[in-house]
Amino acid sequence: MSVLPPLDVTRIRKDFPILERGMRGKRLAFLDSAASAQKPRPVIDTLSHVYSHEYANIHRGVYELSERATRRYEEAREKVAALLGAASPREIVFTRNATESINLVASSWGRQNVGEGDEILVTHMEHHANIVPWQLLCEERGAKLRVVPIDDDGALCMDELEKRIGPRTRLVSVVHVSNALGTINPVQDIVRIAHERGVPVLLDGAQSVPRMAVDVAALDCEFYVFSGHKLYGPSGIGVLYGKAELLEAMPPYQGGGEMIRTVSFEGSTWNDVPNKFEAGTPAIAEAIGLGAAVDYVRELGLERIARHEAELLDYGTERLLELPGLRLIGTAREKIGVLGFVVDGVHPHDLATILDQHGVAVRAGHHCAQPVMQRFGVPATTRASLGVYNDREDLDQLVEGVREAIEVFR
Amino acid sequence: MSSAELRELYQTTILDHNKRPRNYREPEQANRRAEGVNPLCGDEVTVYLEVVDDVVQDVAFQGTGCAISKSAASLMTESVKGRSVEETLGLFDRFTELVTSDPQSEPDVGEVGKLAVFAGVREFPVRVKCATLAWHTLRAAIEGRDEPVKTE
Repeated sequence: MSVLPPLDVTRIRKDFPILERGMRGKRLAFLDSAASAQKPRPVIDTLSHVYSHEYANIHRGVYELSERATRRYEEAREKVAALLGAASPREIVFTRNATESINLVASSWGRQNVGEGDEILVTHMEHHANIVPWQLLCEERGAKLRVVPIDDDGALCMDELEKRIGPRTRLVSVVHVSNALGTINPVQDIVRIAHERGVPVLLDGAQSVPRMAVDVAALDCEFYVFSGHKLYGPSGIGVLYGKAELLEAMPPYQGGGEMIRTVSFEGSTWNDVPNKFEAGTPAIAEAIGLGAAVDYVRELGLERIARHEAELLDYGTERLLELPGLRLIGTAREKIGVLGFVVDGVHPHDLATILDQHGVAVRAGHHCAQPVMQRFGVPATTRASLGVYNDREDLDQLVEGVREAIEVFR
Repeated sequence: MSSAELRELYQTTILDHNKRPRNYREPEQANRRAEGVNPLCGDEVTVYLEVVDDVVQDVAFQGTGCAISKSAASLMTESVKGRSVEETLGLFDRFTELVTSDPQSEPDVGEVGKLAVFAGVREFPVRVKCATLAWHTLRAAIEGRDEPVKTE
């Protein structure tokens, strides 16, 4: 096996202009990439270039600029298809974000395939984005949401998953990597188990796509979703991957321009996939910017990114555990670079304020995963999450800040 | 502490009330109560009042929250106990004015007594909701509103 050279973080940090500015007069230790990642120069430059040289509405104009914008937009779709290992760019639908992608599936596929007494299976570690759309669907259709429990480390109870897939289960919808706990779920096994029972699978890849190589063909899942802004791309652009035959059979999500073939007052016919699901003028520059982000992470190499994060995670875990009264929330064996923790006598909100004064940006709260907080009996956690630009110095700054917070509240 | 802003925010009085909150109980004689939540951070507070002849005879609270929200609730109970409802609502206005005023200006602490320790919150706009949650909940209890108070 060839050994890949580690990421050159010093060079990478130069790609992210925002890291040059400090925060509160300190070096910025940005440890909130799981919420949204910072943007590298190629993405920023692409947005600027599109608006300066290549912008027009797409799929309509017969003039050169529109053709050019259309080509760039469709190239971005090809780049995303290649990133995910999709069979064809037709299987890539652009949305606003992972949340909208899940809502699209719930609204379109769900209304067509879920009826009274049916069941949707999710897990206890889902983000609200993979809970609430299904609750809305279940309420509307008289269906039931069932939940797979997690253990004390924050790992999925796989035997319980198997038990909960029954004859009425219509869909298994699972997060690939937990945003609050960092747990990497055994999605290959989950898909296999679900498929043995004839149940399709949606995977929420919001946290996995920026951190590891994903291959939807190998996974064989029916749907896969992620957000551009967590992949160092622009906000306002997200992706739904769906197997072509499923997308083709699904009714439209929203109506409007672009998604139709013909419109008359007697009735309308729909465009082919994926355009059928992209009503109205989409986020053109943002999609092209996402293409640039895909190029950026592929150039760095997702295997190298994963290894970089794993090494930093080990270092951060070790350093945080030096601190008295600190408890990690999320200690699964298979984990990505998310460090969720609570400190005795220090509320996460106070901790985040003190860290802010140290130039450290972290998230404090329930991380849009309130059931996870309830499972671990805490109202909130502080979460430090890693990206390609983080180094040991960022984690040292974090530890120093937490140490001060412990002093203040002793 | 590493910065002047932090020292200003986490004053000794605030840290003390965070650690040993006063009037943290459910009074048996309470005739009004209201609940408040801050959905952003999950802070929850219940404020209990015993109002007799338009005077706050007793006031207490229970809940979970950060140091700012807990100490604000605790100091609030000490400040309004024995005051008329009208005075209490006046103090609500003075307090919210204090914590939302321009941090560059001299804080107006003339009528707020020991609540002046919260002037440091002005430097931290996202923490204003922590300081005012209990106060909004108190006002809801006075006005007899049933809906839980939300800071969002």
